[in-house]
Amino acid sequence: MKSLLLSAAAIAMAAPAVFADTSDKRIALSNNYAGNSWRQAMLQSWEDVSASAVSSGTVAAADAFTTSENQATEQAAQIQNMILQGYDAIVVNAASPTALNGAIKEACDAGLTVVSFDGIVTEPCAWRIAVDFAEMGRLQVEYLASRIPDGGNLLELRGLAGVFVDDEISAGIHKGVEENPQFEIVGSVHGDWAQDVAQKAVAGILPSLPEIVGVATQGGDGYGTAQAFAAAGRDTPLIVLGNRQDEMAWWAEQHAENGYETLSVSIAPGVASLAFWVAQQVLDGAEVPKDLNVPFLKVTQDTLEETLASTPEGSVATTDYSLDDAKGVIAGAM
Amino acid sequence: MTRLFARHRILLPILSLAVLLAATFYMQPRAMSYFGVNLLFNLAVPIALATVAQMMIIMVNDIDLSLGAFVSLVACVTATFLHDTPVLGVLILAGLIAAYAGLGVLIHRFELPAIVVTLGMSFVWGGIALSILPSPGGTAPPWIRSLMTVKPSLVPMAVVAAVLIAAVTHFLIIRTGIGTVLRGVGGNAASVARAGWPVLRLKALAYALAGLFGVLAGMALVGLTTSADANIALRYTLLSIAGVILGGGEFIGGKVSPVGAVIGALTLALAASFLSFLRLSPDWQIGAQGAILILVLTARLIFTRRDGQEG
Repeated sequence: MKSLLLSAAAIAMAAPAVFADTSDKRIALSNNYAGNSWRQAMLQSWEDVSASAVSSGTVAAADAFTTSENQATEQAAQIQNMILQGYDAIVVNAASPTALNGAIKEACDAGLTVVSFDGIVTEPCAWRIAVDFAEMGRLQVEYLASRIPDGGNLLELRGLAGVFVDDEISAGIHKGVEENPQFEIVGSVHGDWAQDVAQKAVAGILPSLPEIVGVATQGGDGYGTAQAFAAAGRDTPLIVLGNRQDEMAWWAEQHAENGYETLSVSIAPGVASLAFWVAQQVLDGAEVPKDLNVPFLKVTQDTLEETLASTPEGSVATTDYSLDDAKGVIAGAM
Repeated sequence: MTRLFARHRILLPILSLAVLLAATFYMQPRAMSYFGVNLLFNLAVPIALATVAQMMIIMVNDIDLSLGAFVSLVACVTATFLHDTPVLGVLILAGLIAAYAGLGVLIHRFELPAIVVTLGMSFVWGGIALSILPSPGGTAPPWIRSLMTVKPSLVPMAVVAAVLIAAVTHFLIIRTGIGTVLRGVGGNAASVARAGWPVLRLKALAYALAGLFGVLAGMALVGLTTSADANIALRYTLLSIAGVILGGGEFIGGKVSPVGAVIGALTLALAASFLSFLRLSPDWQIGAQGAILILVLTARLIFTRRDGQEG
């Protein structure tokens, strides 16, 4: 009993050592849900990056754990188990931003490094790799402005009403329009991040709209929007897409037919690998700010073919981040 | 041997917990320490309290499908009102206990099936919880936080709490007169009524006790998590029912064991950790948890059957 207390204390003291070797360190991934394509791609990305990091001797182990039910209490127990299993760092995609704080505090007090990403936690001792959703919205209008300097009418596709992500992206889009006053949002519908819902919603509002030059979306709704425009017999506007495989397949098809070009932007599930490297950097003794931002994954005409080929049907484009990418993100936040 | 188990139904739950604990310590020697035991069992404390709450309902032959939502609601109230305006917080929590007593009256007076009423109430509790805390947050009152993270000198908090909960409820339900009558309501309500006891009031009391322990579960949970969200304890509904049965309780007849219920809750919490140490794929974990449950229940059934044949 005493020896463990002592060893826990020893770990606590050893953690901030400067530029320690991480080859004997063990990292665990605590994941709360695996039931959709994004999470599956995320787990795959963790698997790929951690396997190569373990085989090259960068870390000793990097195991992934997913709770059997998407419940905060279960994930809290899972994190406490990881402390017992003697991991040096826990990378967590949290079921709740606050309900895991007690368990995460326990982990920090036991000397573990905790890095949260995607589903981030508010406990101050943990690192947070967050998504700047507002910037994702603003970026779309910036791209539209670069393609259509004269401006015109925009249609805005929104996500699921009442969800924080939807508000953030929409706020970003509106900020973009403020910065580029040649554009005007003449219509706004909720597509719920689903192609079929988006198609119905756009088909419903289209007859009442003037000519639309561009569409800002939130991802998962671009293909449905395009179908609605085609069904109404209207010209296809410039639709910013969200990296879904069906959206990119449609884009490639359009490009082959009439040279259609656009931009696709979303968050890569590979952010799990970024979190892995950030945890490794913290264990290595590097100075890492507590709040980091996830870079977006942009697909342009140049990278479309390659991205589409590597994205399975029904999935979403992803990329695995490297140690250098992580260092870049950390340097960017300093 | 089989007779011994059948006579003392508490032995089987104790044995299950001991076996599981030994296996866990074998798998993960690090857990065999003050620090380790506390980490293994501290989240089982609110589950144990919720299991005792469920036991109060099962004791009078009913079942509560709203307990998880109720504990979540209490967690939300604790992390908001009890922290910001303690007096109002206490009043709300007292009101929730009164509401539970009212449910007992409603169910008994109109002979409604508890399973339907409580299923309906789970949506009511869930709705109120969401309106109190639309997005996760709140702060645990500091005194609850320090109570749940206290480090007694010899035995970890989780063990002290479990023993305390078991002892208090054992005294209340098994040793006192009123506890015996309450179990009698589950055994034979008509006899209790003919003996001159007001069954309506007894049922209200059983439900109020369930509400009280549900409130304690929610407060303990927030003390551990430091904040709440409206879905924080939804799993407790099924966990608490499983805990009661695992601890040697029966769905009907007022046959319940408070000590067994606490042990059942600890066993369920430990089973999840054990499976996680085994590195079993999450797809199999729920199934494996169910298998452990069925195993223990089968063992119990075998012992009680044998006893019936011999006796």
